[in-house]
Amino acid sequence: MATAQEQMAPAAAAPLARMGAVATASGERGRAWRRFKRYRPGLIGLAFIGLLVLVATLAPLVAPHSPTQAQSRLRGDAPSAEFLLGNDSIGRDVLSRLIFGTRIALLVGVGATAIAATIGVVIGATAGYFGGRVDAVLSRIVDALMAFPTLALLITLAAVLGPSLPTVVLVIGTTVWAAYARVVRADVLSLRQRDYVLAARAIGAGDGRIIARHVLPNVLGPIIVLASLAVGNIIILESALSFLGLGVQPPAPSWGGMLADGRAYIRNYPHMAIAPGVLISLTVLAFNLLGDGLRDALDPRQRE
Amino acid sequence: MLRYVLLRLLQGLVVVFIVSVATFGIMQLAPGSPVDIMVGEAQVTDAQIEAIKRKWGLDRPVHEQYLTWLGNVVRLDFGQSVIRTGVPVGEMLLEAAPMTIRLNLLALAIAAAVAIPLGIAAAVRRYSLLDYFSMLTATLGVALPNYWVGLMLIILFSLVLGWLPPYGAEGWRGYVLPVAVLAFGEMAVLARMARGATAEVLGQEFVTVARAKGLREGRVVSRHVVRNALLPVVTLLGYRLAFVLSGTIVVETIFAWPGIGRLFIDSVYRLDYQVVQAIVLLLSTIVVLGNILTDLAYAYIDPRIRVS
Repeated sequence: MATAQEQMAPAAAAPLARMGAVATASGERGRAWRRFKRYRPGLIGLAFIGLLVLVATLAPLVAPHSPTQAQSRLRGDAPSAEFLLGNDSIGRDVLSRLIFGTRIALLVGVGATAIAATIGVVIGATAGYFGGRVDAVLSRIVDALMAFPTLALLITLAAVLGPSLPTVVLVIGTTVWAAYARVVRADVLSLRQRDYVLAARAIGAGDGRIIARHVLPNVLGPIIVLASLAVGNIIILESALSFLGLGVQPPAPSWGGMLADGRAYIRNYPHMAIAPGVLISLTVLAFNLLGDGLRDALDPRQRE
Repeated sequence: MLRYVLLRLLQGLVVVFIVSVATFGIMQLAPGSPVDIMVGEAQVTDAQIEAIKRKWGLDRPVHEQYLTWLGNVVRLDFGQSVIRTGVPVGEMLLEAAPMTIRLNLLALAIAAAVAIPLGIAAAVRRYSLLDYFSMLTATLGVALPNYWVGLMLIILFSLVLGWLPPYGAEGWRGYVLPVAVLAFGEMAVLARMARGATAEVLGQEFVTVARAKGLREGRVVSRHVVRNALLPVVTLLGYRLAFVLSGTIVVETIFAWPGIGRLFIDSVYRLDYQVVQAIVLLLSTIVVLGNILTDLAYAYIDPRIRVS
């Protein structure tokens, strides 16, 4: 079903393309969507993420049982018709915990990505636009951040600040922005030399306006691609932290925390360790496929 | 070249300096006074507390404390462990390091030996079944969390089949599972890089020339393509250090491997901040050194880098 907007896109986009990204936003978007649709794995990823969002939103309606209520007579039961994925070591329904766990995973994945992208764009744009000493100082800070093995830094910060859901979002968000800063800096470095930036300056636009209106819209594509690829990675980091007991605290149903329980009872109830890992893997895979598709659609230069 | 080497070393030094400030700063965020943290729950006399304060300059302002700490660290004195009272942190690191190095080198060697030929073959036979299979495996390898792969291997090989121990570093059997988990994660990345690098070289004009002068395809690949594709892949291994070290923390924890990663986690759990601080600084410094060496190796191989 081709929409009117889509049919117009090729004709409208050509003359508008010369006028900068802001003016062509709708035409560009139509073309990007058509490029994205061609990559089937990307569509599958998008569909799976849509399903996760739906499940997270409707968790209380979708979950067959309580995610936190323990029933000791069901302790460690294998999957059955009533409890499709079995019960955990204190008799809670694994499926319901997984369903409520999507909320934590998406919250951390999207929240931390938003924080990281914001910090990275501000630092990267500042370094790239002003150059010189500002760039030298900021670039060394970015280098220093990238020198830390991410997980070691996260573990230390979580332990020092005390593990909790807000801590996890904040700590991951403030740790993984270096990649955005690098990409934005490199792009801004070349964008600030363009004629239209010079033209904007000639008619008296200030630095802030030039960055916000003329430079940043042009790096939006790479940022969106990076962000979508980062969400999967962040979900792995969050689960790793929770797995090590330094993330979201029990009884909250975090997928990583469920794996930690699975590890503790791996001899007696091995089924506990399987489902959360499958779901983490599928979710990460979905975000990675979405990112690949978006890269093809928005950032043709980086195509493999 | 000398100018470039000096520049990179200087930059590296600045980065290590920032890293040390950040590490020191993070530890200031920890609840409790530094003396409490250093002493932990051990029984100490007032005289001992005074001695600790004097050594680490805790009675002076923060920036002086930092300089004192840096001075001690530069002399490789990381202080003493709180948990294992009286044992110098440096000694604990030296004890654990060989286990981590052995584990990771073995995993990296196996990953490279499998993934690089696979990636090259996938690029040469693009869109073949082999290409499809290796890229599918690589995509999965990136998405599967290593702690979960570890658990699944334990269930299969230790609990169901009973072939391998679920944890510990006893004998060669103890190495199999942790090495497999670490290698699997690295393989995914290496295969992708090798495929990308090979595909790029295949598109170069000298490959067309080699074909045009009548070389057989096998010889074109082995003599002209592989050599040029291998260099960036091998040097890029250096940039993977930060990821490798993150991976080893989790894998050592799952398999109770007595290396740096497990020492780190144990020290975090027991709030042995002296050890935590030392390990974070050590790991980051290793990453910085690795990156500099990689940059230099790259610049040595590809003169275009030096100019920019």
